[in-house]
Amino acid sequence: MENIVSIFVKSIFVDNMVFAFFLGMCSYLAVSKNVKTSMGLGLAVVFVLGITLPINYLLENYVLKEGALAWISPSLATLDLSYLSFILFIAVIAAIVQLVEMVVEKVSPSLYASLGIFLPLIAVNCAIMGGSLFMQQRQFVNIGEATSYALGSGVGFWLAIIGLAAIREKMAYSDVFPALRGLGITFITVALMAMAFMSFSGLKI
Amino acid sequence: MSKLFSDKTKEVFLGPLSKNNPIAVQVLGICSALAVTAKLEPAIVMGLSVTIILAFSNVIISLLRNTIPNRIRIIVQLVVVAALVTVVSEILKAFAYDVSVQLSVYIGLIITNCILMGRLEAFAMSNRPWESFIDGLGNGLGYAWILVVVAFFRELLGAGTLFGLQIIPQSFYEAGYVNNGLMVMPPMALILVAVIIWVHRSINKELQEK
Repeated sequence: MENIVSIFVKSIFVDNMVFAFFLGMCSYLAVSKNVKTSMGLGLAVVFVLGITLPINYLLENYVLKEGALAWISPSLATLDLSYLSFILFIAVIAAIVQLVEMVVEKVSPSLYASLGIFLPLIAVNCAIMGGSLFMQQRQFVNIGEATSYALGSGVGFWLAIIGLAAIREKMAYSDVFPALRGLGITFITVALMAMAFMSFSGLKI
Repeated sequence: MSKLFSDKTKEVFLGPLSKNNPIAVQVLGICSALAVTAKLEPAIVMGLSVTIILAFSNVIISLLRNTIPNRIRIIVQLVVVAALVTVVSEILKAFAYDVSVQLSVYIGLIITNCILMGRLEAFAMSNRPWESFIDGLGNGLGYAWILVVVAFFRELLGAGTLFGLQIIPQSFYEAGYVNNGLMVMPPMALILVAVIIWVHRSINKELQEK
């Protein structure tokens, strides 16, 4: 239990998806113009990460890893399918995103309206794929840890995008050099936020 | 030859190198651009991998463009890209193991690199294979040169080396010169890209935002 909480907190602050690994940067920069839409994207990322990462965890441990297929028959114990992981992970993510989109549309039209176009876009968000690939590297001992890592990373992304959107809303009134306006100053803002988050890296949990 | 390099293909090739650069103008593929640039060698390998994958996936999607049903095109594109990325990743593991360890998950993340999806959607789905190939090469190289510039400054100022060889002479260190530790940290990559955008937009005034 303790482990799960510490993974959760660590993945929000210390190993923040955006600031420590630059994952999900494209949509992070493109959608952070105002707080409302970035709220939608942030929640959608938490949601999809929380579903796809545990599924990929099960796939990794019961299908892909060396010896993972031993539960079917002992003769398969030497099989190593990990070279298939990219294709399987991305197929799972794309399929789940499509599925989630349909379910949300049916069950909660208001949530669907607020997530809007972001759901389909999330299939190609690097934060989702990156989460699965990091999961593969870190070798969590059980699915609980993997899920808490997924939710923590999602919340980290959500925090980061809301923070940037709030700053950009204020910045609309500032007088920036013409050549830096828009994209350039956004990069510098993100850099300053990343430096602030670096102060968490000494955190011992 | 004149038909191979008509004015249009020349523009398709040269545009992404500057006026329509994937990183500085289209804002695609930032994630990996920032993460792999602490050293020059992985940056070059990454740039080349993306260029190759982009060129070939553009050709494949362009060949398939009339047979892909519109509703499932994203999954088809992802699978084509994922297959190519797997090939490149296995080749790197076999022939350049050290670099592939340094690049870690970022090779796999080429799949979700927005440059790929962006170019496949915007170009390969509506153009012939040869032009798509050129477009892929142009965009890949446009991406690669920014990576190389950022990595050059980060490695030179952050570690005093290039390709792992010491460039800044020992006498400098004895005279009190210190490597800039901030340069190897993630935030400096963002600031260097911001500076590149700044310079780029000061030269090409029509790109400035209001």
